[in-house]
Amino acid sequence: MVMTISPKRKLVNSLMLSLSAVCTVLVIGVLFFILGYLLYHGARSLNFQFFTSLPKPSGETGGGMANAIVGSFKVLLVATLIGVPLGFLAGVYLAEYSGKTFAFVLRYVIDLLNGVPSIVIGIVAYALVVRPMKHFSALAGGVALGIMMIPIAVRTTEEFLRAVPNALREGSLALGATKAKTIFSVVVPAAISGLISGLMLNLARVAGETAPLLFTALGNMFWSRGWTEPIATLPVMIYNYAIAPDEDLHQQAWAAGFVLLALVLAVNVTAKMIIMRGPAASRR
Amino acid sequence: MATSTIPARSPQFPLAGFARRIKAWDEMAYFVTLASAVSILTIVGLIVFELWISSQPTVKTFGWSFLTSSRWDPNSGKFGALPFIYGTCVTAFLALLIAVPFGVMASIFLAELAPPRLSNVLTFLIELLAAVPSVIYGLIGIFVLLPLIRSYLAPVLTGVFGFLPLFQGDFYGVSFLSAGLVLSIMVVPFIISVSREVLLAVPVDQREAALALGTTKWETTWQIVLPNAKVGIIGSIFLALARALGETMAVTMVIGNTPKISASLLAPGYSIAAVIANEFAEASGDLYVSSLIFLGLVLFGLTIVINALARILILTTTRRSA
Repeated sequence: MVMTISPKRKLVNSLMLSLSAVCTVLVIGVLFFILGYLLYHGARSLNFQFFTSLPKPSGETGGGMANAIVGSFKVLLVATLIGVPLGFLAGVYLAEYSGKTFAFVLRYVIDLLNGVPSIVIGIVAYALVVRPMKHFSALAGGVALGIMMIPIAVRTTEEFLRAVPNALREGSLALGATKAKTIFSVVVPAAISGLISGLMLNLARVAGETAPLLFTALGNMFWSRGWTEPIATLPVMIYNYAIAPDEDLHQQAWAAGFVLLALVLAVNVTAKMIIMRGPAASRR
Repeated sequence: MATSTIPARSPQFPLAGFARRIKAWDEMAYFVTLASAVSILTIVGLIVFELWISSQPTVKTFGWSFLTSSRWDPNSGKFGALPFIYGTCVTAFLALLIAVPFGVMASIFLAELAPPRLSNVLTFLIELLAAVPSVIYGLIGIFVLLPLIRSYLAPVLTGVFGFLPLFQGDFYGVSFLSAGLVLSIMVVPFIISVSREVLLAVPVDQREAALALGTTKWETTWQIVLPNAKVGIIGSIFLALARALGETMAVTMVIGNTPKISASLLAPGYSIAAVIANEFAEASGDLYVSSLIFLGLVLFGLTIVINALARILILTTTRRSA
């Protein structure tokens, strides 16, 4: 006896399967729509002045965001100095030293820290840095983003160190190297391409963060000297300009959005390429 | 070579001090990494402590009524959190309502239907969608989505479902509906990438057995694979929920920032994260600031609980099948 599938079942089958394909296409369509729209609007509003001059006072047209571009990099530098060493060392601890129970607790807490809304991190940085110092500063913004960088720094370090084969560790220990020497001269260099791409992804993630900077770095229409003055950053500029009732500022917001998104996506794609081509990927 | 190995075995090794120092460095490296790990735990503790301490003035003044009062009037010193809690929940729920069907269907396509190579490329693109900064979503929301909703979606909704209180009243563009839509676009990548992993973790024999019994591909997916992956998919939805609750910039830019509770999705509202973003820098007076920080604590508590649940759900499914 030959079993046949009723036409209705066949219809439901092909209908639902094509629906799933349509959903996928729609979601990816959104990505390309965002990219396309930003490319179109942003590239049109972008000019050389955007990178070289300061914002103009309201009412005047033109001007750029040179201070915000430099500001973003300054805040990211502080964040990296705070978040990355701490996260890296904790990741080394998790991958190379820790026992099971403590590692589980630590990983869980780090996952939770990763899920804390960025605006809440902003409040904490405000309470820890802005309130004692009595003014908004690049430093406070850096602390906020630095705390946000910790979880990813820990997880990527742990993951890529674990991907290094044990034979390397054993070989080094057998030659008489101490454990620390083995970790920092053999294991870490072996994982270095993964670690660097992890750092890139981490930076790309916090580079677009706006909420924790609103009341830590605040903003500035001029250059800010040093690290303890309020400082302009690209994401906050985009926000302020987008909600301002001025067509010229909207154009600037599009241009800044284009620059920010291009940076973030370029770093993401590069980092993911490194990971995919790297030695860690081929062993999995 | 020989000269350096032979003395190493004797206790009077002239470089014993050097060996001790190496040993000390070794211990030190261990303690430095341990200290980093512990200091991260301390930072998390500090976050909770700071939020708690800084919100004490509000807790002392209003007590629990802070959470149930709907009057937010900084000028007269009255603070109630209900409109914000309401707005946060409504927009997050709306976002999931839209994002879950799309996300789960897309993850089914990626895990069950698409050839691995195509699936990997598409997943890569979808994960890029998750890397887009939220302020960019806000920008797109204000200048693209709001006009679209105003001229196409809202008239249809009021026309067809106008008898429901959900879709009544004037529409200005900024609204719960717009915030929910933008949020749904933002959380869909999380649902897809986690659900896909969970689906891929379901053993292949399950599918083969079902297909061998004569079910169609869809029946296999719907009746065999999905029930197996259910817990993990729910985990991914929780993850998306936590994301949606805490999302700040995109919501602030399209929700309208009006502390009112309205039944209509077309009305402007406010969310916890949005009010903190908007008013924190200008808040004057201890009570005002501490009320905003207390709102932050509420948001923190909500997302922590939901995230903790999500992690457990995802862990149990991927562990079990692995």
